[in-house]
Amino acid sequence: MIHFVLLISRQGKVRLTKWYSPYSQKERSKVIRELSGMILSRGPKLCNFVEWRGFKVVYKRYASLYFCMCINQEDNELEVLEIIHHYVEILDRYFGSVCELDLIFNFHKAYYILDEVLIAGELQESSKKTVARLVATQDSLVEAAKEEANSISNIIAQATK
Amino acid sequence: MSGGGGPSLMDSLFQRTLDDLIKGIRLHLPGAAQSSFISKSLDEIRREIKSTDSQTKATALQKLTYLHSLHGIDMSWAAFHAVELTSSPSFLHKKTGYLAASLSFRPSMDVLLLLTNQLRKDLSSTNQHEVSLALECLSVICTPDFARDLTPDIFTLLSGKNFIRKKAIACLLMVFSQYPDAVRVCFKRLVDNLESADNAQTLAATVGVFCELASKEPRSYLPLAPEFYRILVDSRNNWVLIKVLKIFAHLAKLEPRLAKKVVEPICDHMKRSEAKSLVFECVRAIVSSFYEFEFAVKLAVAKIREFLLDSDLNLRYLGLQGLLLVAPNHLWAVLENKEVVIKSLSDVDRNIKLEALRLVMSMVSDDNVVEICRVLIGYALKSDPEFCNEILRSMLSTCSRNVYEIVIDFDWYVSLLAEMARIPHCQNGEEIEFQLIDIGMRVKDVRPELVRAGRDLLIDPALLGNPFIHRILSAAAWVSGEYVKFSRNPFEIMEALLQPRTNLLPPSIRSVYIHSTFKVLSFCLHSFLLPGKGVNSSRSNFVDIEPGFTYSESEQEFTETDHATSSSGFNKRDTFTQEAVVNMLTLVITSLTPLAESHDVEIQERVRNVLGLAQLAQQEISCNHDQKEKMVDKVDLKTSIIIRLINDALSEDFGPVSLSAQERVPVPNGLVLEENLSKLDSICADVQLSISESFSLVKPILLPTDGDSVSNQQNEEDSETSPAESMSLLAEHRKRHGLFYLPSDHNKNASSSFPPANDPNQRDNDVEDLVKLTDESLVLKRKPGSNRPRPVVVKLDEGERLPITVKKTDENDDLISGAVRDVLLGNEASLHSSNPSGRRKGESHSKDKVENFETGNSSKRRSKHRNHGKYVEDKEENSEKSKKKSGGRHKARRRADGGIDVAVQKQVIPDFLL
Repeated sequence: MIHFVLLISRQGKVRLTKWYSPYSQKERSKVIRELSGMILSRGPKLCNFVEWRGFKVVYKRYASLYFCMCINQEDNELEVLEIIHHYVEILDRYFGSVCELDLIFNFHKAYYILDEVLIAGELQESSKKTVARLVATQDSLVEAAKEEANSISNIIAQATK
Repeated sequence: MSGGGGPSLMDSLFQRTLDDLIKGIRLHLPGAAQSSFISKSLDEIRREIKSTDSQTKATALQKLTYLHSLHGIDMSWAAFHAVELTSSPSFLHKKTGYLAASLSFRPSMDVLLLLTNQLRKDLSSTNQHEVSLALECLSVICTPDFARDLTPDIFTLLSGKNFIRKKAIACLLMVFSQYPDAVRVCFKRLVDNLESADNAQTLAATVGVFCELASKEPRSYLPLAPEFYRILVDSRNNWVLIKVLKIFAHLAKLEPRLAKKVVEPICDHMKRSEAKSLVFECVRAIVSSFYEFEFAVKLAVAKIREFLLDSDLNLRYLGLQGLLLVAPNHLWAVLENKEVVIKSLSDVDRNIKLEALRLVMSMVSDDNVVEICRVLIGYALKSDPEFCNEILRSMLSTCSRNVYEIVIDFDWYVSLLAEMARIPHCQNGEEIEFQLIDIGMRVKDVRPELVRAGRDLLIDPALLGNPFIHRILSAAAWVSGEYVKFSRNPFEIMEALLQPRTNLLPPSIRSVYIHSTFKVLSFCLHSFLLPGKGVNSSRSNFVDIEPGFTYSESEQEFTETDHATSSSGFNKRDTFTQEAVVNMLTLVITSLTPLAESHDVEIQERVRNVLGLAQLAQQEISCNHDQKEKMVDKVDLKTSIIIRLINDALSEDFGPVSLSAQERVPVPNGLVLEENLSKLDSICADVQLSISESFSLVKPILLPTDGDSVSNQQNEEDSETSPAESMSLLAEHRKRHGLFYLPSDHNKNASSSFPPANDPNQRDNDVEDLVKLTDESLVLKRKPGSNRPRPVVVKLDEGERLPITVKKTDENDDLISGAVRDVLLGNEASLHSSNPSGRRKGESHSKDKVENFETGNSSKRRSKHRNHGKYVEDKEENSEKSKKKSGGRHKARRRADGGIDVAVQKQVIPDFLL
């Protein structure tokens, strides 16, 4: 299973963290520090796997972002590489050629999409189309909720005047 | 609305949005400016989050979540607000609340209790997106309480819509691990999902759960092998196939007949598939679990070779990993690809280099260790410092494995160590230091070579400037001092030990140098004053021939110790001339006197020891200058008497000490160990409740008379307890406080055959016995071909010192697999037999659920107990059945599997395999 997902920018800034195994806040920041040091220092065109504390971290760089996933020793590295690519393609389709800024300003959406791709550290949906459809439906639900909220808040605002 | 610390309406109206926050953070430079902006925003959030307007609250929480997940800001204080938002009717707010919860909640939070009801409500919601939110959150923050309370809800979802079903299935893994009794409720339906091939995603999720479960305790899932087999043959989904392969890799180890059956389809996949990930998974399964099938391994190795020759670095890395897995059982595969492996040692990628290094190390045997080490030293010299040290480290650990098992020529090994020390980047000083001393103590025959190597290191002034090898120099100094009798020229070593550049050494190592000076000094004085006496005499082979050395050019003659050879006084008198000794004494005194005032206690004390001896000797030897021919006088000198004493003390050989040596020390008379311990019991209230209840901790201190009575009473109690009881008390204590005990000797026979380590009378015999013992064992092992005998390596029960790796399964895993067995057994029982007392499990889920839930709510112990009873029942029934079917087969299987698991297997496997 995947223990955690990290998105780190080339400058070492964290863009997304999702933990499927229990890590305390202290451990989390230590893990991030260790791994970003390790992965960012690796040159281009090297292999995409690093060993780390008895686990394996599979990473891939897309533009300025490193997508990292940590798995067990006996898990399949190539499979995880495909999962990363799968996620990136879905993001790309959703945002329309995704860039780092999209993920910064829509961090919650990046999480929601990830939650449709992975659950409990396992891939749950291998069809990009299905994920796109699900996310779109959720978005429309959110929009509906927003409109409603706006009207309600208008009412409240008027009432308190 | 603007009362207290709460937010005003203005706050709500002009609240910073998430975008504003992110822009603000990006505007401020990282560092003080940014962190002050963040803390200002946090203050705002704290205010806003208390708002009664849920929109304001949600925005605040979202901003906080952003700060938490990307800037590591603590948000545990806002947990209540997150729970509050999850219950919002607005989907947007609910979503925000759940995101915050799944990212920040910890099992220890009290707030979790408040979330249970909301989760239950959302799990049964008609809006499937709400269900999905709850499931996702639960899959991350699941606790035993959640798992127990929500199992029925998840159970219903297991047969719902596919979109929800796959999530519920994935969630089960967490639920099972938190609350094993949930297995009894949900397992049947989980298995049903394995059979329904209508939806690829639910199947993938189910197989994923089984893959994780089987990796912890595979045996329980053997009965499901037919299902997995069907998937392996039918499925065209690579994600699923990879997981199934993993499951079979676990199962095949347990059941050889299963391996026979599945190896063909796996090979088919390996041949046919285009997906590298699947091919590699097939390779991994074959080489780790099906390595007995020659044709399969050949095919796998061919695939590995393709990987190795690929231009993609990832595949090359995996190829090397594959080889590493093949190596233990099929070394030929590694040897076949030797060139690629060696070439990979100079790859651009460090990870690939490391894998290659591991592979090279896996090839090492006593035949080729010399050759491989030569190649590796060459690579180490060429490599970057980091990898160079990696190479050295793995050489050191491989060669020293199992008490230098693969080293036959220790002279070579010592020179290898010395060579390593001279590699400029070498940072393994500590390990080399340890091994130099360790070899010195264990292998007698290598000591002359060790002294020679040590001398070469010591006399090189350049080495003193490199802090990384100070540790090695310390070992060299120790070796030269301890085994100075093998030295060709002790004066030369003395000079090396006292050279001016030694002031570059740290005090701890310098004190080793000075102590070695002391040993060399006493050896020289002994040889000079008491020739022919004592053990140190004569010499047969010269080790360090170095004619260029200035000091001793004139007196090239030397001593060596051989207990057998009697003194050859001429040589010695020639070497240890009056002049040479006097010169040496002067050297010692002049170079060490400044250090007598050293601030380092160790140095100061040792220097004073050396100086005391040297000054005494100098006085007396200079006085006797005229009558130097008179041996009689020399012997009577005060110095001689002292030297004799010192030499006696120093001549004792150091040997490796077993960690369990302490245990073998006999308990001296009058020391009653157990009495002490029982007092300890009375002090530690938690250890022995019965005792601690009757005596309070404070009393004895306040009233000494009371204290006496305590001990009296205790003595009485002691006398009452039988020896067996006290032994068990002791054992109990050991178990509790294992930390404070030295690792004990597990082999009783060995420990009893071993004489006590510190018994002075027996020590010599001890060593001899040991030598004999190891000799014998070596004779058996020695290869007929080797012309040079391997020197004796003194071994203690070192092997047992290593932590024994007992594969410990989690208590929870045990519980899970126990429950799984029960469920599977239950199914079988109801299917196969018409046992009147057996409940028909498969018939109705709802009934099943209710019954099991009762079990779940009662204490775990009780339910376990009940299962046990059921289990026995089933077992009996099964054995009867199988007896009827086939008596012989049953027996064979029992032997193969051993223990209770027999019952599980015997039911299902035969149908499938035969």
